[in-house]
Amino acid sequence: MSESADTILEVDKLITSFETEQGLLRAVDQVSFSVQRGKTLGIVGESGCGKSVTAMSIIRLLPQPAGKILGGHVHFKGTDLVRASDAEMRKIRGGDIGVIFQEPMTALNPLHRIGRQVSEVFRLHQKLSKKDAWDAATEMLKLVRIPAPEQRMMDFPHQLSGGMRQRIVIALALACRPSLVIADEPTTALDVTVQAQILDLMAKLQEEMGMSTILITHDLGVIAETCDEVVVMYAGRVVERASAIELFANPLHAYTKGLLSSIPTLDTPSKSILNTIPGTVASLGDYSHGCRFCQRMGRTAPVSRERPKFTEVSTGHWVETCPECYQP
Amino acid sequence: MLPTVIENPLLSVKDLRVHFPVRSGVMMRETSAVRAVDGVSLDIKPGETLGLVGESGCGKSTLGKTIVRLIRPTSGKIDFEGINISHLSQWSLRPLRRDIQMIFQDPSESLDPRMSVRSILEEPYIIHKLGNRAERNARVSELLDRVGLPASAADRFPFEFSGGQRQRIGIARALALRPKLIICDEPVSALDVSVQSQILNLLVELQQEFGLSYLFIAHDLSVVKHISDRVAVMYLGKIVEVANAETIYRDPRHAYSKALLSAIPSVDPTVRPKRILLEGDVPSPIDPPAGSAFGHRISHPLYAQTVGADLSLREIAPGHLVANDPCCLSPEDYQLLQDSED
Repeated sequence: MSESADTILEVDKLITSFETEQGLLRAVDQVSFSVQRGKTLGIVGESGCGKSVTAMSIIRLLPQPAGKILGGHVHFKGTDLVRASDAEMRKIRGGDIGVIFQEPMTALNPLHRIGRQVSEVFRLHQKLSKKDAWDAATEMLKLVRIPAPEQRMMDFPHQLSGGMRQRIVIALALACRPSLVIADEPTTALDVTVQAQILDLMAKLQEEMGMSTILITHDLGVIAETCDEVVVMYAGRVVERASAIELFANPLHAYTKGLLSSIPTLDTPSKSILNTIPGTVASLGDYSHGCRFCQRMGRTAPVSRERPKFTEVSTGHWVETCPECYQP
Repeated sequence: MLPTVIENPLLSVKDLRVHFPVRSGVMMRETSAVRAVDGVSLDIKPGETLGLVGESGCGKSTLGKTIVRLIRPTSGKIDFEGINISHLSQWSLRPLRRDIQMIFQDPSESLDPRMSVRSILEEPYIIHKLGNRAERNARVSELLDRVGLPASAADRFPFEFSGGQRQRIGIARALALRPKLIICDEPVSALDVSVQSQILNLLVELQQEFGLSYLFIAHDLSVVKHISDRVAVMYLGKIVEVANAETIYRDPRHAYSKALLSAIPSVDPTVRPKRILLEGDVPSPIDPPAGSAFGHRISHPLYAQTVGADLSLREIAPGHLVANDPCCLSPEDYQLLQDSED
């Protein structure tokens, strides 16, 4: 994984742990990937696989004091975010890295008008005057295609629908023209028709502003539609990484294959028995040895006691080569 | 064209309305109403799955809860096996509860955290005075086995299980009294995809084994197509289109169904589906537009014509019903409906 001129973010062997009553849980276990300029990287996996913790580690918004980054690097434009000071991080968050959270109701302050919340970003990061910040915020609302932005500036979050609130959250994330946006399940709480509007909007804005995006979702359909590259996570580890076209056409890891074949598509014969992955996502406590997906499948072959190597099996296609789970 | 009549439906809902009063002012006077369900008619055949799709707030959950009579309808009829249950008292409904059961979206909220799995599953038998303790225990083990849980699960509590296992407990509870109809309200939306497929498979198997009918409410359109025989599309308290699952996904006639179905993300990155992007959101069911609700949303030029008009479902092809709404049908389809009228 060499850093090319077009790499905007490089995550290298990132390890994040949580201190719990059951001991140290490794939620992110040596995760590496990179994001190219102007491209969208998708992180997909089931709940508890560590995809959100990976994102929150990048921008250092882990729950304190339980969450700690124990190792690895996150290179973003010449800075290692893991080692950056809190003051530097505050400048980067909402500045050069924008964040879109899943639940637009909890991401907005219910007590303040939309206008105040959006213009606050401009006042903090760009030190604009109150009036200039207000105008810039109105402009921003226009950019995310909110009808009658002047009136919406005076509204409180509860007066807006879910889709409109998510547009506000996108406006907040994009306010400072970031070069990277991290979107954590941006459309999960929304209806399909509104999801289509929001994904369409994000794609248009990405084109207009030339930013890169990390999109975290459990929805393979959303991944297929929006991402250039995909990282599949299972129990804190990346098990497969490839371009979206390659991953959907030629999945190589048993977990990726399982995920892809367990969703009904419009072409699946009605009421046919769907493929399933037995069991549930492994708990993070037992992280020390072997291939985690083998543990889920109830395989304890001695051959898989070592952590499988993450190998580039064809150009740009990386996979954990566990003898059982790597299925070319 | 004469409408295709469904012979002996298990459930037949006619012109059902559920309105919730909105009170305001110091006197808390009733000022308006949320028309959550506003004139819905549908039939479910024995052994059939009817899928119900629509955006949040369209009234699909309210409709489900009203059919099991957790909510009292404002007007209309709910015929179950030919008996109108819409206004029966809670006491007279009791025998009927054995026949109609419900599976909820979030099993962690619908299972009492202080009851063991055994008490949860034997409660229906106790309420309906069925069997002695030994028989009940035998039935509980049978139920657990049937939904794929070990017999040892009986003495554990809901919090000890994962989301998928909790949903299995919810299904076992619904199955306990051998119902004929189960209302499934978003039963897999809270689950991960690999677990979701386990639960869908279980529902299909149980249907074949016990000849169950399902009303399957969900917002995931691929899941609904997979499990349903017929699909009804709901918009703002009304059903706008009903047809065979294959037909409605291949050839939707109503403009809203078309937009909704085009919004399904495709799992093939090489195919970019042609989207019909809707402006705005579902309008509020408080004081809905007087005419075609969807025509109003898309500001259709023929909207004025629909105010006060009869927009009820008509048969456009055998078994394929669609709202008689000039704003939402192609001119040819609308003409077809008018011609069949005469």
